[in-house]
Amino acid sequence: MKQLEYPYDSDYILRKKKAIRRELLAREGIRYIDKRIAILGGSTTSDIKLILELFLLNYGIRPEFYESEYNQYYEDAVFGNPELEEFKPDLVFVHTTTRNIANYPAVTDSPEQIDALLDETMARFEQIWKSLSEKYKCTVIQNNFEQPYYRLLGNSDFTNIHGRLNFINRLNERFCQYAQSHQNFFINDINYVSAVYGIKKWADPGDWYRYKYALSVSAIPDFAFNLARIIKAVYGRNKKAFALDMDNTLWGGIVGDDGPENIRIGHEDAESELYTEFQQYIKAHKDLGILLTVASKNDEENALAGLARPDSTLKQDDFLIIKANWDNKDINIAKTAQEINIGADSFVFVDDNPVERALVEQQIPGISVPEVGAPETYIDVIDSNGYFEVTGISEEDIKRGGMYKANMERAKASASFDNYDEYLKSLEMKAEIKPFAPVYMARIAELTNKSNQFNLTTKRCSQAEIENFASDPSYITLYGRLEDKFGDNGVVAVTFGHAEGDVFHIDLWLMSCRVLKRGMEFAMMDELINEAKSRNITKIKGYYYPTAKNKMVRDFYELQGFTKINETEEGDSTWELDLGQPHKSGNVAIKVN
Amino acid sequence: MTREEIYGKLNEVFQDVFDDEDITVNDATVASDVDGWDSLEHINLIVAVERCFGIKFTMGETTGLKNVGEMVDKIIAHLG
Repeated sequence: MKQLEYPYDSDYILRKKKAIRRELLAREGIRYIDKRIAILGGSTTSDIKLILELFLLNYGIRPEFYESEYNQYYEDAVFGNPELEEFKPDLVFVHTTTRNIANYPAVTDSPEQIDALLDETMARFEQIWKSLSEKYKCTVIQNNFEQPYYRLLGNSDFTNIHGRLNFINRLNERFCQYAQSHQNFFINDINYVSAVYGIKKWADPGDWYRYKYALSVSAIPDFAFNLARIIKAVYGRNKKAFALDMDNTLWGGIVGDDGPENIRIGHEDAESELYTEFQQYIKAHKDLGILLTVASKNDEENALAGLARPDSTLKQDDFLIIKANWDNKDINIAKTAQEINIGADSFVFVDDNPVERALVEQQIPGISVPEVGAPETYIDVIDSNGYFEVTGISEEDIKRGGMYKANMERAKASASFDNYDEYLKSLEMKAEIKPFAPVYMARIAELTNKSNQFNLTTKRCSQAEIENFASDPSYITLYGRLEDKFGDNGVVAVTFGHAEGDVFHIDLWLMSCRVLKRGMEFAMMDELINEAKSRNITKIKGYYYPTAKNKMVRDFYELQGFTKINETEEGDSTWELDLGQPHKSGNVAIKVN
Repeated sequence: MTREEIYGKLNEVFQDVFDDEDITVNDATVASDVDGWDSLEHINLIVAVERCFGIKFTMGETTGLKNVGEMVDKIIAHLG
C-alpha cells in the first residue's frame, strides 16, 4: 500500500490508522504468514504495536501480539510470566530506550566506577537476552540507545567518560558486539532513526511525562517502519532483484537521441557525478546477492553503448539480464522473472518516468515501485524503503549472481543433448545430503521463508525453530547441497518431519527452483527413506497443501511412489509410503555424499 | 479562523481518529460521549489535532481539558 511506503506521511498514518488497517485487511489474495510477536516495553508501547501492525500487514505478515505490562520488560524476560509462556512468541522485541538506563555516571565517579557501572548495565540486558533465548528459543530484537537530548558537559559529553553521551556510545558498542556474536539477535538501530528524525524532536519530554512514551508520538511511524523492516527480513520478505530503467535513471539524457558520447555519466559535471554515485549504490547491491536487471525502452545496441562507456560504473556483465526493446516494461520484467525463475513480485522497479511506474505497478501485483522523485533523491527513496534489509550476509548471498549465471549456461548446454538423462549425467552432479548442520541453519531458515513453488506445505520457520528441530530426537532433518561442473548451487533442498511411533510425518519438503528437473528430490527421498528405516519406521506420510504458487508439486508424492489416502475439498492431500515395499529410486545422475 | 471553521476541521479529525464518519462534536462534548475515547486514544487525538492546526499544546494544557469546548479555546489561543 502506497501510504505505507517511504516517503510516507506520518501524520496521515497516525490519524487514519484504523481506516488503513481496515483497508489492509480487506485486500484479497494476500498470502499472509502468521507470527506471534511479544513486545516487552520499558515505556508505553500501545501505538507502537498498532502502527507496527500496519507495516507488517503491508509486508504480508499477520502478527498476533503480546504486550508486557508497563515497564515490565525485565521481569517478563527474566522471571517468566505464564501468559507469555503460553503465548509462545516467535519473536520478542525489547523496547528499551535511554529512559531505561537506571544510573548514569556521576561527575565525581572514578574511571573504575564508571567501568563497573557499564558492566552492570550491560549485564542486566545480557540477562534478559539470555533468558529469552533459553526460554523461548526465538528471535530477539532489541533497541539500541538514542542519544540524549541535552548535554551537561557540552561537546565533552562525547569524549569525557562522565558524559551521558559517552556512556551511551559505549553501551551501544557493547550491544553491537553482542549482536555480532549471537545469532537470531538483531538491533533496532533507534540511534540512527532518531538522528534522522531529529534527536530533540524525538525525545519530547512532554510525551514522556504525560503518556510515558519514550519517543514523540509523531515519531512512532518512523520507529515502527524501521522495526518492521527487520521483522520482514527475518521472515524472508525481502526483495531479490532490481529492474532498472536506463535513460535518466542510470545516466542523464537519452542515449538513443543524444548518443552515448553525450549522456551524463562519469565525473565531468555535477549531473554526471550524481548519476555515478547512483550507479555505485546500485552496483554495491551485487555483493549482497541482489540481482541486477534492466528493463529499458531502447534499441539494445544503444543501451549497451551507454554501459560500454569507460566511465560508466555499471558494466554490461554486472547485469544478469538486459531487456532493452520497445515492449511494455511489465512484460519485460515478467519475462526476466521467468528466465531467472523468481517471482515478478520480488523485483524493485526503478524508473524516473511516473507513467512507466504506474503501468508496472498496476500490471505486476506485489512489485515494489519506489517514487524516486528527482535524481538527487533516488538513493534516499530506495534505501529508506529497506527492500533488501540485511540480517546477515551469507556465502550464498555473495555467490548468488554467479549461480544464476551458471544456471543460464546450463540451460544453453541442455539444448545440445537429445536425451535428457545423458544431459544430467554430463553435469557430473554431486550432492551432500545430511542432517541440518550449524553452518547452514541461516540458509535453511531463509529457504523455508523464500520458497513458494516447490514447497509442499509452505511452512515458514525462523532460524531458532530450525535449530530446535535439528536437536529434537524425534525429528529427521535433511538438507541437500548440489554441485555440478558449472558450479556449486549451495543448499537447495530441505526437508524435515517427526516420528510418532513407527510412522514418520513429513512436515516440510522444499527445493529451490534453481535445481528443478535435476533429480535432486529423488536423491533426497532416498536419504530420507534410509534414515527412516534405520529408526524402524514402517510408514512415511506426506502432505500437500495447495497455495496460489505451488501447483508444480501437486503430483510430487505420486511421482515418489506414494499412495494418496485422503483429499479434502480444499485440495489438501495426504499421502503414504509403506516402507515394507521395495522403493525404486528416481535418481539417475546424482552422486550422493 | 472562526470557531465554526475550527469545528469543521476538528470534526474531520475526530472522524478519522475514531474511524466513524458520523461523529460531530460541540462545546459540551466530553470523552464519554464518543465511542473509544479512552486515555490511549486521547493521545492520538491530541497529536492529530496538533498536526491538523500546526500547533503544539503545552503539557499542562492537555491534561486538564474538561470538554471539547475547552480544547477549541486552547486551539484559538495558539492560533492567536
